[in-house]
Amino acid sequence: MSLYARRRAVNWIGLSLSILATVFGLFWLFWLLWTLFGNGLRWIAPRLFLESTPPPGANGGLANTIVGSLILTIAGVGMGAPAGILAGTYLAEFGRTSRLGAIVRFVNDILLSAPSIIIGVFVYGLIVLRTGHFSGWAGAVALALIVLPVVVRTTENMMRLVPDGLREAAAALGAPSWKVTIVIVYRSALPGIATGVLLGMARVSGETAPLLFTALNNQFWSTDMSRPFPNLPAVIFQFAMSPYEDWQHLAWAGALLITVTILVINIAARMLLKRTRS
Amino acid sequence: MTLRQHTSQEFEMELESVRQRIFDMGRHVDQVLESAGKALLEHDSELGNRIIAGDQETDSMELEIDHLCLQILARRQPVAGDLRLLTSALKLVVDLERIGDLGVSIAGRVVELGSEPPLTPYENLMRMLTTAREMLTEALGALQSQDVASANRVIDKDEVVDAYYTQIFNDVLSRMRESPDNIFGATRVQAISKYIERIGDHVTNVAERVIFILTGEDIRHSARMRRSDFS
Amino acid sequence: MESSSSSSTSDEAPTPASSGVSLHPAASITAKKAASVLTPKVQIRSLSFFYGKYKALHDVDMDIHDRQITAFIGPSGCGKSTLLRTLNRIYELYPGQRATGKIMLGGRNLLERADDVNLLRAKVGMVFQKATPFPMSVQDNISFGVHLYERLSRPDMEARVQWALEKAALWNEVKDKLRQDGTALSGGQQQRLCIARAVAVKPDVLLLDEPASALDPISTQKIEQLITELKKDYTIVIVTHNMQQAARVSDYTAFMYLGRLVEFGDTNKLFTKPAQQQTEEYITGRFG
Repeated sequence: MSLYARRRAVNWIGLSLSILATVFGLFWLFWLLWTLFGNGLRWIAPRLFLESTPPPGANGGLANTIVGSLILTIAGVGMGAPAGILAGTYLAEFGRTSRLGAIVRFVNDILLSAPSIIIGVFVYGLIVLRTGHFSGWAGAVALALIVLPVVVRTTENMMRLVPDGLREAAAALGAPSWKVTIVIVYRSALPGIATGVLLGMARVSGETAPLLFTALNNQFWSTDMSRPFPNLPAVIFQFAMSPYEDWQHLAWAGALLITVTILVINIAARMLLKRTRS
Repeated sequence: MTLRQHTSQEFEMELESVRQRIFDMGRHVDQVLESAGKALLEHDSELGNRIIAGDQETDSMELEIDHLCLQILARRQPVAGDLRLLTSALKLVVDLERIGDLGVSIAGRVVELGSEPPLTPYENLMRMLTTAREMLTEALGALQSQDVASANRVIDKDEVVDAYYTQIFNDVLSRMRESPDNIFGATRVQAISKYIERIGDHVTNVAERVIFILTGEDIRHSARMRRSDFS
Repeated sequence: MESSSSSSTSDEAPTPASSGVSLHPAASITAKKAASVLTPKVQIRSLSFFYGKYKALHDVDMDIHDRQITAFIGPSGCGKSTLLRTLNRIYELYPGQRATGKIMLGGRNLLERADDVNLLRAKVGMVFQKATPFPMSVQDNISFGVHLYERLSRPDMEARVQWALEKAALWNEVKDKLRQDGTALSGGQQQRLCIARAVAVKPDVLLLDEPASALDPISTQKIEQLITELKKDYTIVIVTHNMQQAARVSDYTAFMYLGRLVEFGDTNKLFTKPAQQQTEEYITGRFG
C-alpha cells in the first residue's frame, strides 16, 4: 500500500474511533437525561416550589430544600470564592516563581482532587463535634472548601492569560502594583474569573456527601443556619431509597431540578468564557 | 581597513562591478592617450582619425557606470563607505570621460599637423603626456590597493605637469617669434600641451575622489592645508 | 544659561575636531548642533546589567541629549533593549535582574533604591513594541496615567486627553469615538494611542522600544513623523532593529554589540563615516 493510501487509512480509523467514543459518551449522557426527564418531569408542579417536604403518604413539595440548597450554595460560594480569588491573585501576580507559590499551588491541587466525603468528615470533626450538632454553617463551610480550589485554579489561569505587556504598560506609567492588578488585570480577567466562580457553584450544587456530615437535613421549613439545614441532595438520598412512592416521585423531581440547574450554570459559564476569548 | 564581505552576495558583486568598470574605463582612457601619443610621435594622421572615430566607447562606459550606480543607490540604500564609493564613482567617471575627450582632441590636432615635420622633437610634450598617464594609473591603482599616500603623491605630481606646460608655452612663443611659418605648427603644439595640462587637472580630481572614498575626507578646493593633517 | 565648561564631556560627545566628514564651515549643520546642545539630559556612567549571573551590559558610558532623538542600534541580543529598560527601571518587575552603575537624571542617580520607582516611571515614559491598549475606553486609557499623580477637574481632564491625542496625531480619527474600547482601533491607531497615553502624563523622557516594528509601512511613516515632532518637547530614546529608521529619525546613534557600546555619535557622521570598523561593517550589512 502506498504511503499516502496508508495515511488515509490510518486517518479514517482514527477519526472513526474518535467518533465512536464520542457517541458512546453522549449515549450515556442522553440516556441519563432521558431517564431523568422521563421519570421526573411529570412530578414538576407548582406545589413542588410552595410546600415543604411531607411525611410519607402526605402531599408536599421540596420548597424548603430548594431554598435551603440555594442558601447553602450562596453561603459556600460567598465564603470560598473571595478567598479563592485572592489566593489566585497572589499566585498569578506575585507568586509565579516563589517557594510559597509553589507550595500553595501544590496544596491547592490536592484539595481540588480530594474526595468530597473527606471534606465532609473533616468539617464534621472541626465544627459539628465541637458545637455538638449539625448546622447549616458547617454545611456552608464544607461547600466553601470545595469551591475554594476551583476558584483558585481558574483565577490564576485567567489572570495569567492577561499578557505581561499590559502590566508593563501600566507600570511604565507609574502605576503601583496593586493598581496594576485591580484596574488592569482584574478588568481584563473578570469574565474568566466569573466563569471560575460559576463553575465552582455548579460543582457544589450537587454535592451530597459533605452535607450529610455537616448540614444533615431538615424536614421542615427552616432558615436557621445554626441548626440542621434542609438541602436537596440529602433529601433525594433519603427519599430515593425509601419504600414510599410519593417520596420516590419527589426524589425524581429533585434530581431533575439539580441536573437542570447544573446544566444551565455550565452553559452560562461557557457562554461567558466565549465572550472573553472573542 | 579591510572589511568583511557583505552578507548579501549580490550587493557585494554589484559594488565590485562598479569598481571593475571604473578600472576598465581608466584602462580604456589610458589606451586612448597612449594611441594619441603614438600618433603624435609618428605623425600618423590615420591613427588620429581612428581615435576620433572610437570615442563612443568612452561615453557608453560612462553611461553604464552612471546607470549601475543609480540602480544600487535606489535598491540598496547604502551608507558609509559604500555610499562614498557610489557617489564618488558618479563624479569620477565624468573626469575620466573628459580625459577621453581630451585624448580625442589631441588626436584632432595631430591630424591637422599632418605629415609636417615637427619644429622640435616633441620631447617635452611626450614627457608631459607620460607623466599624466602615470598619474592616472597611480590614482586608480591607489583606489584598488586602498593606498591613501599614493593618491596624495598623484596630487603633488600635477605640479610637474604644470611645469612642463609653462616650459612648452615659452618654447612655442619663441618659435612663433622666429618665423610666421611656424605659427600654424606652434599653435597646434600649444593646444596639445593645454589639453595635457587639463588631463592632469582631471586626474587630480580623480585622486581627490579616491581619497574621499578611502577616508571620508573631502579635500577638494582647499587641498594644501587639510591634506597635511592626515597623510 | 550653561557655559560649555560645566557640561560633562564623555568620550563619545561629538566635537568638530574629531568629526568625520569635514565640510565647509559655512555649510556645517553639525557644528551648529554641537554648539547649541551640549547639555546631556541623562548621563549613563559605568552601567552594567545582569540577568541572574549573566552579564548583559558591560560598563556603558553614554550621554542622552536634551530634546534630541537618540537611537540604539545593533544586532539581536546586543543589549539595546536591555539598556533602554534600565532607564525606567521596568526590569524590576522581574526577579533576578539588576543593574549597577549610575544613571543621572536631574542630578540624581535614578538607580538608587531609595527613590520611588513609580514616580520615576511617571517622568520617564515608555512605549512598547506591541501596542497594549488597556481594556477600557480611549478616554479612560489616556486618563489612567494622568489620574495616578494629578488631580484634574473633569473639563481639565478632557482638555488633557484632547491635547495628548492631538500630540499623537490621533485626535481627528478618534474624537467621535472617545468612549469606544481602545482595543477596537487599528494597529497603527493603537500604537498612537499608546504614545498619546505616555505623552499625556508629560514625562521628561520618552523611551520607545521598536515602536513601529509591528506596523505596516504607512503607519510606520506616520509614527516616524510623529516622533520627529515630539522631539520639540521631549527627550526621546528609540530602540530599532531597522537601521534605515534610525538613520531617518535620530540625531544621535549608539551602536551596540554584545552588551558593549561600540560607537556613539552624530547620526550624520555615523552613517557617512563611522569611526569604528565594526560599526561600518554592521551598518553596511556585512554582519549581524
